[in-house]
Amino acid sequence: MAADQTRRIDAGGAIDRSTPVELVVDGTTLTGFAGDTVASALVANGRLRVGDSIYRGRPRGILSAGVEEPNAFVLVHGDHDESMLPATTLELVPGLDVRLLDGIGVLDQKPDPAEYDKMHVHADVAVVGAGPAGLAAARAAAATGARVVLLEQDFRLGGSLLASPAEVVEGVPAAQWVEQVRAELEAAPEVRVLIRTTAFGSYDNNHLIAVEKRAEHLDGTARDGIPRQRIWHVTAAQVVLATGAFERPIVFADNDVPGVMLASSVTTYVRRYAALPGREAVVVTTNDSGYAAAHALLEAGASVQVLDARDEGASPVVASAAQAAGLRVRTGCAVVGIDGDASVEGAWVARIDAEGALVGDAERVVCDLVAVSGGWTPNVSLHSQRQGALHWDDDLAGFVPTAAVRNQHLAGAVRGTYWTDGCRAEGDAAGVAAASAAGFSAASRSTVIGADAVAEERVARAGRTRQLWVVEGREGGYATHFVDLQRDNTAADVLRATGAGMRSVEHVKRYTSISTGVDQGRIGAVNTIGLLTRVLSGDDTRAIPPGQPGQDETASGPAAGAARPTPGAIGNTTFRAPFTPVAFAALAGRSRGDLFDAARTTSIHPWHEAHGALFEDVGQWKRPWYYPRPGEDIDAAVARECRAAREGVAFMDATTLGKIEIRGADAGEFLNRLYTNAFKKLAVGKARYGVMCKPDGMVFDDGVVLRLAEDRYFATTTTGGAARVLEWLEEWSQTEWPDLDVVCTSVTEQWSTIAVVGPRSREVIARMAPDLDVTREGFGFMEFRETVLASGIPARICRITFSGELAFEINVPTWYGLQVWEDVAEAGADFDITPYGTETMHVLRAEKAYPIVGQDTDGTVTPQDLGMSWIVSTTKDFVGNRSYSRSSHRAADRKQLVSVLPLDRSLRLPEGAQLVEPGALGDYTGEGLPSRPIPMLGHVTSSYHSQALGRSFGLALVKAGRDRIGQTLIASFEGRFAEVEVADAVLYDKEGARRDG
Amino acid sequence: MNQRELPEHPDFLWANPEPKRSYDVVIVGAGGHGLATAYYLASKHGITNVAVLERGWIAGGNMARNTTIIRSNYLWDESAAIYEHSLKLWENLEEELGYDVFFSQRGVLNLAHTLQDVRDSVRRVEANRLNGVDAEWVDPQQVKELCPIINVGDDIRYPVMGGTYQPRAGIAKHDWVAWGYARRASELGVDIIQNCEVTGFVIDGGRVTGVETSRGRINAGKVALCAAGHTSVLSELAGFRVPIQSHPLQALVSELHEIIHPTVVMSNHVHVYVSQAHKGELVMGAGIDSYNGYGQRGSFHVIEHQMSAAVELFPAFSRAHLLRTWGGIVDVTMDASPVMGRSPVDGMYVNCGWGTGGFKAVPGAGFAYAHTIATDEPHELNRGFGLDRFVSGALIDEHGAAAVAH
Repeated sequence: MAADQTRRIDAGGAIDRSTPVELVVDGTTLTGFAGDTVASALVANGRLRVGDSIYRGRPRGILSAGVEEPNAFVLVHGDHDESMLPATTLELVPGLDVRLLDGIGVLDQKPDPAEYDKMHVHADVAVVGAGPAGLAAARAAAATGARVVLLEQDFRLGGSLLASPAEVVEGVPAAQWVEQVRAELEAAPEVRVLIRTTAFGSYDNNHLIAVEKRAEHLDGTARDGIPRQRIWHVTAAQVVLATGAFERPIVFADNDVPGVMLASSVTTYVRRYAALPGREAVVVTTNDSGYAAAHALLEAGASVQVLDARDEGASPVVASAAQAAGLRVRTGCAVVGIDGDASVEGAWVARIDAEGALVGDAERVVCDLVAVSGGWTPNVSLHSQRQGALHWDDDLAGFVPTAAVRNQHLAGAVRGTYWTDGCRAEGDAAGVAAASAAGFSAASRSTVIGADAVAEERVARAGRTRQLWVVEGREGGYATHFVDLQRDNTAADVLRATGAGMRSVEHVKRYTSISTGVDQGRIGAVNTIGLLTRVLSGDDTRAIPPGQPGQDETASGPAAGAARPTPGAIGNTTFRAPFTPVAFAALAGRSRGDLFDAARTTSIHPWHEAHGALFEDVGQWKRPWYYPRPGEDIDAAVARECRAAREGVAFMDATTLGKIEIRGADAGEFLNRLYTNAFKKLAVGKARYGVMCKPDGMVFDDGVVLRLAEDRYFATTTTGGAARVLEWLEEWSQTEWPDLDVVCTSVTEQWSTIAVVGPRSREVIARMAPDLDVTREGFGFMEFRETVLASGIPARICRITFSGELAFEINVPTWYGLQVWEDVAEAGADFDITPYGTETMHVLRAEKAYPIVGQDTDGTVTPQDLGMSWIVSTTKDFVGNRSYSRSSHRAADRKQLVSVLPLDRSLRLPEGAQLVEPGALGDYTGEGLPSRPIPMLGHVTSSYHSQALGRSFGLALVKAGRDRIGQTLIASFEGRFAEVEVADAVLYDKEGARRDG
Repeated sequence: MNQRELPEHPDFLWANPEPKRSYDVVIVGAGGHGLATAYYLASKHGITNVAVLERGWIAGGNMARNTTIIRSNYLWDESAAIYEHSLKLWENLEEELGYDVFFSQRGVLNLAHTLQDVRDSVRRVEANRLNGVDAEWVDPQQVKELCPIINVGDDIRYPVMGGTYQPRAGIAKHDWVAWGYARRASELGVDIIQNCEVTGFVIDGGRVTGVETSRGRINAGKVALCAAGHTSVLSELAGFRVPIQSHPLQALVSELHEIIHPTVVMSNHVHVYVSQAHKGELVMGAGIDSYNGYGQRGSFHVIEHQMSAAVELFPAFSRAHLLRTWGGIVDVTMDASPVMGRSPVDGMYVNCGWGTGGFKAVPGAGFAYAHTIATDEPHELNRGFGLDRFVSGALIDEHGAAAVAH
């Protein structure tokens, strides 16, 4: 089977040759090995070409071996297709069937059957990245006994060591060292090592967010019981970032042809995956690191030629190693163009001057692979997401962190440390420092070198990097010099942007779309910045200037006197989460369907369901809407329920109302300041309806407040308003009046409330609570009593009404709710007691003009507008009070709550219908739109058919509504018009005669 | 045209001159509003000796961070008037600016998920229509026809009960809008000056006569603040306060996908709004972070909640990937309506508090603000939006209609 792996190197690599794995690519079956990625399997099969470029349709190839990949995106077929996955990070597992994409994905419209979940953990030390620095840091921190979480995006530990398995670390080969550290970490009880886990977000308070692939590598599909992916929320006392660095390309003509690859990626394919990307290679580099690829290729049997763009060539150690290996090296040269279309057939090589311009003629070199290294860019994404500062280090030729953010540590290549032992030593020191800062102590294995010495050594070890961003082509122009391969943007596009007047890198990004692809500029950003540095130092911002910056005596124009821009002055665009893309569904986790938002039900809910209730969402609550009997529609059911409440007895589950207990010596004073009416002198055992307003004087919430004791009140809120009212109370208590002795506690969940309503409710309550004097004289309106029900259940019974009828509310601890409800049903059976839902409740209260906050009010309505001036105290101050002296509150045309009666007594207006003066419509017929705005007087807030009145009616907010009582207005809705009469808001039992039964 | 390809930009956008010593009008802030104001001052009022000062790079604040939704279906008369005027300007903007800003009238759906949502929606539709704003109520089946990828089934926590639809609403390319205004303003003689931070005001006898900047003093006949949330900071320097609070508001994009989402969908109840931009990325906004601040970043749990809502409503988004998140700063007043008009300092004007509505208002706000500056009197469109309403109490409260999503 392995025979078709024509580019598989005979030995080596971290692959399992005993486990072949089949892969389907665009319908063709290939074979790789366990341990491959999709990309390495393609390379091993001699396939470098992937999908075409997004706009220009140019053939593209695998450029990298990691998350920075701009070309090799695939769609993975499965129970739910997933698009835009880089083949370079996709682990080869059995059953993979992929399609190469042309830079754009296809969303699967089938539901995703997979599960996703979340974990929240705390750690003393979180380490991101498991290369030599991260492993050393985790080991050092773990040795102190600290709780350590190590996060590694790869499916193997080792980072850069995976591509240099023979390198010696602490006296043993790298692969062995990694295994030793892994075993050590595994043995530590407080250490959690997460592979296939990408830390993609870094937020305040050392809150890291990561995504772990948990199931795909098992068999490629979702499995029951194992979430496909998991989001980790890791909050760590200390964080070590050992996130490594990314190699940059050099931009030259046709640098996008398949076969052009990053040099370090070539090394990775050869050494980690034993896959040979080319047999005849040109390595072009601006720095010492490129030589590693040359050695790897040479050892794998390829022919190699090295072009070192530096005139002086490599550092002595690297140069002599090259010589010893017999590498052909040419200095001061670069690739200036590619021959070939769908694959590299040759490279044009030339001497270049200090500015990247050709010197002399280019020479064609036959090759099938061009390995490119333009230097290294520290992977600072997580550092920068926390606003960690960066600066341009001219020696290291990269943006490096200036200092770690608070409670974080940086180790390894992310700091510009580009040699293994330096990474390991820094990781060790960072691990110790992090553990120590988290309160654990231990000695470091490494001698910690002073910071300056390290900085010097960094430069010495890395060697000089030539800052070569774009190389001139053979034919002039920059139209095929690709800066951002994924977005298909070239150096010519950058020149167009600067020529159009762009000076900011942010503008160039937006003008061109460079850095907006999946790789977020990992491939192109620094080259773009380097190019901008060059262009903005010249006169002509449509060209890359000739001559050496800073040395050109003849320079003139604006740049001559001014400081020349440096990459540091140009700056980066902002790094944002996520570091790599994350599936929406993973972030949604289990918060979907019923778990999207808690569906709250009362303890009586099963009864409602059993009795055929339909439900309405009110806030998070499921409330019975109405209880249709067979053959009944909503109107018939509501009429029946209304009749029961007005003529006999009915009951409803009022449990969902918010309930807040307010305690403390100043509880009365506190409520006095928040409600418009007074509560301080409310007698114990009494209840009072209250309204709360915002500082602008507009109604915010309402409810009944009971005084349980001198220092204890029990306030009810609207069902949907419970949480915000509690927040409101807390805000005032904590931030404005901390001197008041008051504590607020939500007790919504602690009580079940059953409203028993109607002329015969007294008889039902008498049966329920035999110890209670329920007579009109013995139990007055707006009073409450503590009692024990016939069933032995303790209860608090109130005489309050939201229908105008004689009514009682039984409050019992939640766990008795269902039983007491059933007892009420039984006690009222003789009277045909009828359950009713929110719709009937709305009709009954509307007949009495009791407003629903949020339905009959909208944040612009005062108590006075509602006709409730009586509830606004004139003798005390309260939140909102001062607003009533503002001019707009005295305006004659304020909207006021009235009722509206359609002249067609059967017409039920849509809630939301607008009201206008007769004649205001002009020639508007309701067809299309009016030619000019038609002034509106208000709108219908509530609209029902009243069983009691035998007609339809509505409540409305109408400008100067109370002055218009008796007038006829026009209701406008659905392109139709209907006449309505404005009437007093209260339509039923205006005298309140029914309240006491 | 291939949906993926965008048209080329003009060859030249705007000049980068050195600041002059003096201008008739100095506009502080080169976002969409500042640039549009400069353009209308020059084009409608003949006032071209104008500088637009920008602390950073032009259109780098909320103009670069919004979700580009354009609509005018606001509840109250004053809001509907200015946003509808703005929408009419949008409808002719590409021609006026000579710049393809990819204004796409693909319609906006505002979904209703509760009975109260339905009431509020119907109320808004009926008010819109009488105000001359195209709007209709659509039932769940019509929602599905307008946007086939929405799940209108009962298997989600808050099923879709219908929605309002404004066919003329849509989206545009935000950066290009700003650049289009900048280009025309620059052509008409306006100086656009970047990297120029205003650090103080020169006020003489209650009248502003100039601004102090990081590039020296610049004299000004009139000064127009156009700095969104930072108006609070600037107005303090000028000795008065504005009633706005600034909050982070996050947005995000996915990577590019073939177009499957034909319109714009907004849902206040489950807190998500989403369109698919011309190139193919899903563009979404989240809820407002509750704390105040100027940091252009928010809390991740807000994003997670938004992703839940998105996947609930759009099963096809399940394995789209979050590519990039960012935060803008919404400057909100207590009534969620903007402030535009004269300030307590003579010759100084304020335009702020647009909250989440600023982008769609760019043409209309620039138009009305230019009038206000040129004539020292508010335009009919912004008469109700002056600072005086916070004294009189005549608020224009859009909270009930559009508290979160724009």
